[in-house]
Amino acid sequence: MSDYSDKYETVIGLEVHAQLATASKLFCGDATSFGAAPNTQVSPITLGHPGTLPKTNRLAVEYAIRMGIACNCTITQNNYFARKNYFYPDLPKGYQTSQHTTPVCDGGRVLIKSGNDSRFIRLNRIHLEEDAGKSIHDMDEVYTCIDYNRAGTPLIEIVTEPDLHTADEAYQYVTEIRRLVRWLGICDGNMEEGSLRCDANVSIRLKGEQKLGTKVEVKNLNSIRNVKKAIEFEVVRMIELVESGGTVKQETRSFDAATDTTFAIREKEEANDYRYFPEPDLAPFMLSDAFVEGIKKSLPPLPEQLLQQYQQQYGLSEYDAAQLCMDKETADYYNAVTAISNNYKAAANWITGPIRQYINENKLDFGNFPLTPQQLAGLLQLVDEGSVGFSAAATKILPELIKHRDADALQVATAQNLLQVSDSGELELWVNQALSNMPDKVTEYKKGKKGLIGLFVGEVKKLSKGKADPKLVTGLLQEKLK
Amino acid sequence: MFSFTGIKDYHNALLNGQTTCVEAVHYYLNGIAAQQHLNAFIEVYKEEALQRAAMLDAALPGQQSLQPLYGVVIGIKDVISYQDHGLTAASGILRNFVSLYNATAVQRLLDAGAIIIGRQNCDEFAMGSANENSAYGIVRNAADPERVPGGSSGGSAVAVQGNMCMLSLGSDTGGSVRQPADFCGIIGLKPSYGRVSRYGLIAYASSFDQIGIFGLHLNDVALALEVIAGEDAFDSTVSTAPVPAYSEQLQTQPEKPYRIAYFKQALEHPGLDPAIKEQTEAFIETLTAAGHLVQAVDFDLLDYVVPAYYVLTTAEASSNLSRYDGVKYGYRSPVATDDLTDFYKQNRSEGFGAEVKRRIMLGTFVLSSGYYDAYFTKAQQVRRLLTQKTTAIFGEFDAIISPTVPAPAFKIGEKSDPIEIFLADIYTVFANLTGIPGISLPLFTHPSGMPFGIQVMTSQMNEVTLLSLSKTFMQIAAKD
Repeated sequence: MSDYSDKYETVIGLEVHAQLATASKLFCGDATSFGAAPNTQVSPITLGHPGTLPKTNRLAVEYAIRMGIACNCTITQNNYFARKNYFYPDLPKGYQTSQHTTPVCDGGRVLIKSGNDSRFIRLNRIHLEEDAGKSIHDMDEVYTCIDYNRAGTPLIEIVTEPDLHTADEAYQYVTEIRRLVRWLGICDGNMEEGSLRCDANVSIRLKGEQKLGTKVEVKNLNSIRNVKKAIEFEVVRMIELVESGGTVKQETRSFDAATDTTFAIREKEEANDYRYFPEPDLAPFMLSDAFVEGIKKSLPPLPEQLLQQYQQQYGLSEYDAAQLCMDKETADYYNAVTAISNNYKAAANWITGPIRQYINENKLDFGNFPLTPQQLAGLLQLVDEGSVGFSAAATKILPELIKHRDADALQVATAQNLLQVSDSGELELWVNQALSNMPDKVTEYKKGKKGLIGLFVGEVKKLSKGKADPKLVTGLLQEKLK
Repeated sequence: MFSFTGIKDYHNALLNGQTTCVEAVHYYLNGIAAQQHLNAFIEVYKEEALQRAAMLDAALPGQQSLQPLYGVVIGIKDVISYQDHGLTAASGILRNFVSLYNATAVQRLLDAGAIIIGRQNCDEFAMGSANENSAYGIVRNAADPERVPGGSSGGSAVAVQGNMCMLSLGSDTGGSVRQPADFCGIIGLKPSYGRVSRYGLIAYASSFDQIGIFGLHLNDVALALEVIAGEDAFDSTVSTAPVPAYSEQLQTQPEKPYRIAYFKQALEHPGLDPAIKEQTEAFIETLTAAGHLVQAVDFDLLDYVVPAYYVLTTAEASSNLSRYDGVKYGYRSPVATDDLTDFYKQNRSEGFGAEVKRRIMLGTFVLSSGYYDAYFTKAQQVRRLLTQKTTAIFGEFDAIISPTVPAPAFKIGEKSDPIEIFLADIYTVFANLTGIPGISLPLFTHPSGMPFGIQVMTSQMNEVTLLSLSKTFMQIAAKD
């Protein structure tokens, strides 16, 4: 492959479908929960019974707009739905109601990591549509079984321009989309359950060529890993095909995760004529500036903003800032702590260090983490003042605080006798005792073996049972050993 | 002996103990039994109607005023959902289908005290003008059983015409209430698009369909409209405008004479029956003599209305009828197949009748890529032009009048050319294309002995004027 990477350029466009986390469906009141017994979330409206009519779920529209605002899209004022007509058993009405002509969000961009840099991927659109039911082919020997629970679930389809150039960029892009939809609370981002699905349009062209090559659409990529693997496979397949004198056919392919390969499912010639026309059962809807502005105001600070704020205002490293912005719960927690404590760096270290470790070990997340920001702020303050050492704080006080929501750090430190002594009279006694315990080492130190200072500090720590402030002890020792 | 002279009289008779709901239901059941050859009903809810009537009678003592449709015996076209009752659209594809819910209009009838006596025969999926396209057989005109009753709501019209119920609910997509009302000599009202919820009405063409009302008395029609009209959480295309008390406003007559327009091209149309033309012109003179301003307006778009109508309605129908595929409910062919496309083809070929197939194919064609702009887009442009033109006319006039149909009821089996049948919709489709209300009033008798009517249309959501004007017309023609 590396032989060809200078010769060909890969061009990728992605279509990500995100199921919106509304309690009810896009056009009726049926529930949308995942995993319910088959065909239990199906009213006559979902099933397309004669005479039923759709009614748009306002929250779904609002969720789509949230995503649009977060991606810097232009929000369309006059919207209507269209019907995409085709026959399939899991499509109850024989058409899908979708925003063909007027996507609610136009244009926009998403910031992704690409190698060591960040760059914007341009969006073509984000539009609303309804999901289909699920065909289950392996349940019965003869028949296909259909579960219509999913039919009518609201989706947004997020469509990029052909702006991505490597499988890794595609990986980063989908990762970013998943973080964003979760951040905004509009989709659980769970690819295994199909809440987030991706189709990739892949083509290759000679470097420097302006015209796009013939594209292949790879469908139903149900993990971020599979997005990457499928594109990697496709690129190799296409290059080998072209290099061996063949031409790429426009077709739809599917990914086989067992072998990390793709296979053709239909050629373009068989493409459907979907006969789109405006959905006459739904009145067009207007989005006022005030409505959109209200949604904008209700949005939480976005990761892009927080990344900047953490680095520029709080002086965090890019790495630490990125760790805190991994998901909204972590960022929320950090923001709650820094709202009452200005130990910005220490708070970041604690959250990305011992607390993240505790959370991982106990399979928690920041959303249900019991330690209150107030408790953590108290603990940070004790460490900052030198009243307790970091390790005592992390191993002894933190677990207690997590167990008892109403306990505060000072109480625990006092109860467990962990407060460090900074009284110079008391410290001097321990220092003198330590030095007199090790006369040989003192001689060696004085001859120049300065590294022995750690040994003396350790001895003081032992004598004080850990209560002596190591910083003060070190200073005092250096004084005495001059 | 029971006789029906309007809901108001009926209610008085109930309150005075002169009649009972059970007696009324028996009267209409007898009417149905005696005229089975007309084939107006697909199913009669005999026991149920009698039970509900008995219940209403039992609840009567002590009541000072009655719910608006208390004990009113109503039939519904078999395209309107009535919970736990059959619903077929007169199609083989829904032969054993039972509705799981009530249409909003039906729910409101029931809440207002009505008794639903049965579901009525019609053209399959409301497609037709003669009620000759039903999987349940043709319907005959009570005035002459050798003639068609019109369509598609033929059964509903004949049921009122033949004293089988007091009122019927039909549906009107291009004249399917007004045209059979004309052929049967009764009143047929198509309200404005969006005046009555379509929830529970089987869709033919969603942006045209509207539930309509058949009756013998204008006051009854106004009252029924009052009951079924208005906002509905299940239909986002229904108007949220408040519903006036139509039946009361009907009584107040205008202080000023009406300004009435008619289309010059409509009365000069070569397809118009001479006797209908003559009597319509005579009526215009009568109106003028009565002090109203009646004026011809130029309407050069007349020849485009039928083509635009059939392009747009068949397009919508081709999509609306996609759900009848034999997968979830309805007819499934007994012929086994492993191929999904064959499965659809078999179910739909065997389940649908010829006219429905014709319209599905037409609609699929006009929406196909390559033809879309030439047909669908063009027809949408015509529709927009018509709406503009209509708005302009109603800036100057209170109403537009025309014959309802260019010719009176024809003989069963007499017409088979679909184009000829389509063209007879020339006067009625205009109201559906523009969303305005229209009514057919039974004012005339044709030399053939058949009744025919006049159509009145007003601006959108202006049923108050439509009904008051109708009242005036009926009085002038001494029919009220």
